[in-house]
Amino acid sequence: MAESALLRVCNLNTEFIIPDKGPARALEDVSFEVHPGETLGLVGESGCGKTTALMSILRLLPSNARISGQVFFKDVDLFGLSEKQMRAYRWRELAIVFQGAMNALNPVMRVGEQIREAITLHGLMSSSEAEMRVGELLELVGIPKERGAQYPFQYSGGMRQRAMIAMALACSPSVLFADEPTTALDVMVQAQVLELLNDIQQRLGLAIVLVTHDLGVVAEMCDTVVVMYGGKVAEYGPVDVIFNDPQHPYTQKLLESFPDLNEPTDPSTDSRQVLASIPGAPPRLTEIPPGCRFEPRCHVRIEKCKTESPPLMDVGENHLAACHLLK
Amino acid sequence: MSRRDYLLRKFLFSLLTIFVVLVINFMLFRVLPGDPVRSVIGRNVRISAEMQASLREQFGLDKPVFPDQFFATLQQWAGGNLGVSWSLRQPVAEVLMSKLGNTLLLIGLGQVLSIVFGVALGLFAGWKRKTSFDVGSLTFSLIAWATPTFWLGIILLAAGSTWLGLPTGGIVSPQNVGKPLYTVLPDLARHLVLPTLTMTILYLGEYMLIMRSSILEVLSEDYILTAKAKGMSHWQVLWRHGLKNAMLPIVTMIALNLGFTVSGAIYIETVFSYDGLGKLFHTALVRQDYPLLQGAFLLLAVSVIVANMLADILYTTLDPRVKAN
Ligand SMILES: Nc1ncnc2c1ncn2[C@@H]1O[C@H](COP(=O)(O)OP(=O)(O)O)[C@@H](O)[C@H]1O
Ligand code: SF4
Ligand SMILES: [Mg+2]
Repeated sequence: MAESALLRVCNLNTEFIIPDKGPARALEDVSFEVHPGETLGLVGESGCGKTTALMSILRLLPSNARISGQVFFKDVDLFGLSEKQMRAYRWRELAIVFQGAMNALNPVMRVGEQIREAITLHGLMSSSEAEMRVGELLELVGIPKERGAQYPFQYSGGMRQRAMIAMALACSPSVLFADEPTTALDVMVQAQVLELLNDIQQRLGLAIVLVTHDLGVVAEMCDTVVVMYGGKVAEYGPVDVIFNDPQHPYTQKLLESFPDLNEPTDPSTDSRQVLASIPGAPPRLTEIPPGCRFEPRCHVRIEKCKTESPPLMDVGENHLAACHLLK
Repeated sequence: MSRRDYLLRKFLFSLLTIFVVLVINFMLFRVLPGDPVRSVIGRNVRISAEMQASLREQFGLDKPVFPDQFFATLQQWAGGNLGVSWSLRQPVAEVLMSKLGNTLLLIGLGQVLSIVFGVALGLFAGWKRKTSFDVGSLTFSLIAWATPTFWLGIILLAAGSTWLGLPTGGIVSPQNVGKPLYTVLPDLARHLVLPTLTMTILYLGEYMLIMRSSILEVLSEDYILTAKAKGMSHWQVLWRHGLKNAMLPIVTMIALNLGFTVSGAIYIETVFSYDGLGKLFHTALVRQDYPLLQGAFLLLAVSVIVANMLADILYTTLDPRVKAN
């Protein structure tokens, strides 16, 4: 399986140095793989490190971050590259649509120009060819190409997000990171954007890493799921296995109030509401307990959970979970 | 409100402001102490009462202040006639125009240099935040900003003339006085160094501080992260996405500032005996030359108002968000 992976994240550890407080261990030993054409869902409650994981891979974290581990893109170790070499991979191979992208476009630059810039920057085409491509990209995401001459403030929220997606596709990347691409949008527009992502993936065959809160979206869009808790991978496996036979107590709780996969999804079933039903709060990253990070909130914890951190174990075909109960 | 209506309103408001300035300008000089006739002819010269009366008549000072003097003055001003300088016995407008060029030269050079260096310094300091470069230029800027004009001028004058042998005053050397300036450029340049440097340092600090905080704000914006994620180098990010956004609030500030630099030049010109408006105003003040002072005040007020108007136009032109509304 490893041979065919486009992106392999191995034992990613990320800390933020916080003055007077010591390091905040935002990610610990996070590993996952992304295969061509696959949609990988990254789920977990707010603050569990989803954005940090994407930013670590792209090496775009602020200077107070310390990263270790390995990230292979087609067998090239991204962490071994110089900053200049790394730039050639950004957007060209690994593009991202940011969380809350309302301000992700430059307010004083025309939208079309911002897309064109991404293409010419990587020297993919001449300026005039890029101009054509910008028109195609905008139409691909359902924006009339004339509107490329407009500024972001002339766009609605949904249009901005679609423009961001068009921009992310500009260099035909191998992997698209979509960090909660619909959070800031209203429900109707959310559905449109997701449909667009789905449609694009069918047509272009690129891999998508989709960060989301919404289990309904995961069920609909993803092939594989990584469930994260407190900076660690709690469970990792194919979407139908995770939904039908969750092994980790946290995943089980998450899915408990989630309606059956085969029933139509109710857009109001958001994992945030479900999460609120699990008493307690995630661990503080500056004071990580020695045992299982979920222990304070776990309904089935045992003695050793307090002292020993459970390793990620094989629990089925392509299915991993980290819990002491799964021996 | 469309942009045109907005600018039109601003323009009408500017006209109104100028009128108010005119009224104040007129009144102010009628309540000032001192006998202008005395100051024209000198305090100790004996002069007959008839002679004094005829001088008063000549200058229109025998008529009541309101309405006669007021309307007479307004009518003159409207026709571009700012009266005759009592001390120089030349039309005020002519005197002002003859010095305007020199002052614009000093202000122009000083402002261009302080804007270029201030903005560049602020940009790099903000970008290299918390490094020794940042701390160093921040300290320098704060000191430069807080330094009194007069003091800095004198220090530079002393240092420049002692160590660099630069001229201490004037706009050209005595033997070149009266020649057209373009024929004596090297000499002019040597005389310009110190006053220009003074003005540059004085304004540089302010521009640096504004630019620094502006770029810091911009660099924390989401679209900067987008630019980095696109694979741009730090330079490209700064140049293509940082600069324009950070400059927007500053362009307006600079335009506003320009209006006040004319009055700022008074100190510098006085210190360096630079033959410009500032020195002229100083002389006018000392000699109680009402018409000249009125003309000077009018010029200062109008330059501030015009700069305001300019700032508005720039603001509505450069930012597409404002332009469209
Ligand atoms: N630059 C930073 N400095 C310090 N802590 C940070 C920084 N960025 C993120 N964190 C912390 O790392 C944790 C993970 O954040 P994030 O990756 O944004 O979570 P998610 O995307 O899953 O909501 C959070 O606790 C957050 O406070
Ligand atoms: S290891 Fe223990 S505390 Fe952690 S999830 Fe499993 S049972 Fe719960
Ligand atoms: Mg996030």
